[in-house]
Amino acid sequence: LPVRPFSDSPQRIEKILIANRGEIACRIMRTAKRLGIQTVAVFSDADRHSLHVKSADEAVRIGPAPARLSYLDASSILDAAVRTGAQAIHPGYGFLSESSDFAQLCEDKGLTFIGPPASAIRDMGDKSASKRIMGAAGVPLVPGYHGKDQDIDLMKIEADKIGYPILIKPTHGGGGKGMRIVQSPDEFVEAFLGAQREAAASFGVNTILLEKYITQPRHIEVQIFGDKHGNVLHLYERDCSVQRRHQKIIEEAPAPNVSNDFRSHLGQAAVSAAKAVSYHSAGTVEFIVDTVSGQFYFMEMNTRLQVEHPVTEMIVGQDLVEWQIRVANGEHLPISQSQVPLSGHAFEARIYAENVPKGFLPATGVLHHYQHAPVSPSVRVETGVEQGDSVSMHYDPMIAKLVVWGENRAVALVKLKDCLTKFQVAGVPTNISFLSKLANHREFENGNVETHFIEHFKDDLFVNPSNLEVMNTVLGAARFVAKLAAACLIEKENSVFREILPGSNNTISIWYSSPPFRVNHCARHTVELEWENEYDSSGSRLLTYSITYKSDGSYLIETEEDISPPLEVKATCVGDHDFRVEADGVIMDVSLAVYSKDQTKHIHLWHGSHHHHYRQKLGLELSDEDETEHRPSFDRSSHPPGTVVAPMAGLVVKVLIKDATKVEEGQPILVLEAMKMEHAVKAPSAGYVRGLHLAAGQQVSDGSVLFSIKEE
Amino acid sequence: RGALGSWRSVSAVQITRDYSLGVLPDGVDRNSEAFSRNSKDMGLLISDLQSHIQKVLAGGGPGAVKRNKSRNKLLPRERIDRLLDPGASFLELSQLAGHELYEDTLPSGGIITGIGPVHGRLCMFVANDPTVKGGTYYPITVKKHLRAQEIAARCKLPCVYLVDSGGAFLPKQAEVFPDRENFGRIFYNQALMSAEGIPQIALVLGSCTAGGAYIPAMADESVMVKGNGTIFLAGPPLVKAATGEDVSAEDLGGASVHCKTSGVSDYFAQDELHGLTLGRNIIKNLHMAGKQGLKSELRSISSEYKEPLFDVKELRSIAPTDHKQQFDIRSVIARIVDGSEFDEFKKLYGTTLVTGFARIFGQPVGIIGNNGILFNESALKGAHFIELCTQRNIPLVFLQNITGFMVGSRSEANGIAKSGAKMVMAVSCAKVPKVTIIIGGSFGAGNYAMCGRAYSPDFMFLWPNAKISVMGGAQAAGVLAQIERSNKKKQGIEWDKEEEEKFKAKVVEAYEKEGNSYYSTARLWDDGIIDPADTRKVIGLSIAATMNRDPEETKFGVFRM
Repeated sequence: LPVRPFSDSPQRIEKILIANRGEIACRIMRTAKRLGIQTVAVFSDADRHSLHVKSADEAVRIGPAPARLSYLDASSILDAAVRTGAQAIHPGYGFLSESSDFAQLCEDKGLTFIGPPASAIRDMGDKSASKRIMGAAGVPLVPGYHGKDQDIDLMKIEADKIGYPILIKPTHGGGGKGMRIVQSPDEFVEAFLGAQREAAASFGVNTILLEKYITQPRHIEVQIFGDKHGNVLHLYERDCSVQRRHQKIIEEAPAPNVSNDFRSHLGQAAVSAAKAVSYHSAGTVEFIVDTVSGQFYFMEMNTRLQVEHPVTEMIVGQDLVEWQIRVANGEHLPISQSQVPLSGHAFEARIYAENVPKGFLPATGVLHHYQHAPVSPSVRVETGVEQGDSVSMHYDPMIAKLVVWGENRAVALVKLKDCLTKFQVAGVPTNISFLSKLANHREFENGNVETHFIEHFKDDLFVNPSNLEVMNTVLGAARFVAKLAAACLIEKENSVFREILPGSNNTISIWYSSPPFRVNHCARHTVELEWENEYDSSGSRLLTYSITYKSDGSYLIETEEDISPPLEVKATCVGDHDFRVEADGVIMDVSLAVYSKDQTKHIHLWHGSHHHHYRQKLGLELSDEDETEHRPSFDRSSHPPGTVVAPMAGLVVKVLIKDATKVEEGQPILVLEAMKMEHAVKAPSAGYVRGLHLAAGQQVSDGSVLFSIKEE
Repeated sequence: RGALGSWRSVSAVQITRDYSLGVLPDGVDRNSEAFSRNSKDMGLLISDLQSHIQKVLAGGGPGAVKRNKSRNKLLPRERIDRLLDPGASFLELSQLAGHELYEDTLPSGGIITGIGPVHGRLCMFVANDPTVKGGTYYPITVKKHLRAQEIAARCKLPCVYLVDSGGAFLPKQAEVFPDRENFGRIFYNQALMSAEGIPQIALVLGSCTAGGAYIPAMADESVMVKGNGTIFLAGPPLVKAATGEDVSAEDLGGASVHCKTSGVSDYFAQDELHGLTLGRNIIKNLHMAGKQGLKSELRSISSEYKEPLFDVKELRSIAPTDHKQQFDIRSVIARIVDGSEFDEFKKLYGTTLVTGFARIFGQPVGIIGNNGILFNESALKGAHFIELCTQRNIPLVFLQNITGFMVGSRSEANGIAKSGAKMVMAVSCAKVPKVTIIIGGSFGAGNYAMCGRAYSPDFMFLWPNAKISVMGGAQAAGVLAQIERSNKKKQGIEWDKEEEEKFKAKVVEAYEKEGNSYYSTARLWDDGIIDPADTRKVIGLSIAATMNRDPEETKFGVFRM
């Protein structure tokens, strides 16, 4: 591509502080390093050992784990920049990236804020102000009525003007309270009055606004870029319609089923929007597209680098972080609008630690096993965590972004599906299998995406635990995979044990030959795996297998629980976690991860698109009963229950409790000294102390009654 | 062929000038009639053996096994499997002890014994089978328990007793209780082994009544399982009768009483699996570094070894079941030793006894095998070879297939008795590890010279076709008939031919029955019957089990010259 020569600016950035964490911090550092720019990370106490800290040339602690005390603490961050001599700050996304105050503070301290001007952030941060500016710049807005005049007749006329269906919404409050969707003019009055009443009751203000209701909206956004010389261009659009809890999970570029004409209109509108606020650096203009009418309307502008920027990078072959740094250096944009290429198609899938069946609730925990799909020029994995790291409650639970590129959408989609099966996470629940289901859905394959996609196809996408037929299929797969897991587990355990043998001299090693020798029969053992049903925790199931070691090194796996015939499995270790397994004449790759947590061994097995989780109990949790078994007892059978006798002859050095006092079980009552050792005599049960007539200095003999505890 | 094989295998550096020296030829004609006949006959014997084994593996029958399971108890072999290291081998002994010995069937003699590693340390396991007659001790049960202790004492193996037994089987108390090699010897052995620093560990997984109570009490460390494990000298019914005290088994001798109050036991286990894990832990904490392996460092064991060049499974087709048929012992050796390499000693002298050096799983061994009747020269060669091995501390492997020493006037005049005595003296006094495998006949003094049971081999196993008796049935019948005839003649009775044949047939039948490998193994005249294909493995494991003890110096008695 023809590239414009860089215009020299007096002061170039040589050291950047990244005011962020996780994958975006790592991603920014990668580009900075390639450009020869030094990097400074900031970290909270929770992130001291995390990947973004390790990846940076320098790192500065900025506070405790909660974000508001660390990553949102502007003064600590600015202080870190000054201390390390960074000339610029890249805010990433989230945290302070869209704080105009922070951008302003950077400028005030003489630091370059790698992002748009503070004024643009301020303008676009105010929802109604931004709409006003956009309206003035000729960017299409969702038709609606935002007027102060709330006369019902006037409102009706406005509504008719906008067209049905229409959305009636209180200006204050949220959470859907008071919202009404009106399908036809004759329903309007009743719905309007209802909304007013509800708004008044809930928020104390009954002002109402009207907006066109878009039944099948798509979320399409345009990546724009501006320099400090007034040049603005767009880098095509991204479709981010597939969302859950109003958060995107699969994004793609360019948007599917969109004409070139529409594409250029959209791009032009976005460029106009950016120009209206004298924008520079990376920004995103979000539009809502009415799939019925084909109209698009401005929603908002994000004045930062977006999470999903890599899909744009993949189709235009540019590094947007590099652009941001160049623009911050005062350079011109390296190419012009007509030079922006559009090549192929890219997807991004966001892999989250979350509990899909429980409404996508964020999950936390340790990534006991984490292996991502292999990267290549067409497969990017943006991640900020490594195996062994924790996903904490303090920050966003995103584990990684999987970005794939193909010559066209179909090619890219095949790659996406494949890479999703190669993404292995154990320790926290994830949305990987859900993403797979999404990617495999026929409507998704056809590019028929819209914002309600997940809601619309929920019956296809979610496993209904009360559907017996589906659950039986799931259980059947779990049972088959359990057999593979059992074989791999034994293979692994035995080979690990052989390696760690003490001394490892030959006379002992022949006792560990494979298969283990038995006189005149085959060695056998029983493996119990508790299958964890991810869709229904009460549907977990204990699976018991009898495993026979065959002389050729394979395992014959039998079970009495179902009628399935014995399965012969041969497992060969090919890596730390990877096995080549032959079962029933089919050879396949599987991966196994094992870790222990809370007296339980967790076993994960990945086989194709299947991922199953099993547990094995390790040892015992000592029960209370056991503790009483172990507690030295002072009461002897010759005394009534509750009597406490001296465990040894000794001197009373302290009496801690007065007679007739109520005490708790295990509470120290008095202290005896014998053989130069102090020994606390405790209450064997809760109750009242009776018959305690001892005083310090008194001598007691072995077995003499000290006091008794009575329940009253 | 041998050359190719040695190149293919991973091995220590082979120096070209030693190349392929001593590699045995195949020695087997797979197309011969004998091969197919032998393999068919042996096949029948092996399937017979396996069906007997399957029966004993099932323990005391489905009812008893189910009851055992309902008490959250594992079967004895499962218990041992849980104690062993993952993927470890287990050399079980005398699986068919008690086979058709009593009116009651007594699978494996009601007790499982054998050797296997725990945390890399070989242990001797002795596990009562509570599904067989409540784990009570029949005379053969005692014998098997004592044999396991004998091996443990000689090989310095820590003993793990998995106790779940009702004590002596009372109806047979006369054969169980009073004699030297009876029940009391178990505790005597425990005391002596403990004194020698051989750890004695008891896991009380079930009842442990009367005499049995001494097993955990005499142990160095013991574990008791809550609920199932009980130890008392007299159970609740006897206590009630004797003192009138009404007490439950758990209160009388449960884990809580013994771990908390009496101190009879040391570790309190919540359940059986916990108990077995505690057992593994005890072994882990045995610090015996100073007691073991000091000298074994010096032993020339190569950590890498070659497999035999020929299929070990062909051992099932070499030995005929008819002991009159000869076969070359070298074809057996070729399927037992590393790389089929056998450096034969005195190959051209006394050829009916084959002697030589080889390695089994890297461990140097001296092999003595029969290739016919023992003559003067063969016996002298045998004595010479045994002396060599004792000098160099090389374990001996005897492959027995012997009808006896040569008889007749010439042989006697040549002093066959003197020569035989030299070999018997050498075998008796040799202090190196000895393993005997009877792969065919074991008759008469040949049994002695080739390290029969009476010569205390460390381990002794039989192939299913083995025959052991003082002489062949036909010969015995001939001798006995001759005596009978002369007795009758003295009484003036004429013995008719038909009567004599009947008499002889009876003798032959009795010899057939008593010489049978099952008859032997049922009575613990050996350590078990094995599949010929497992011979290499069993010898290797046996010798490895003897490696815990330090080499001893051999002193011979007076050799008659």
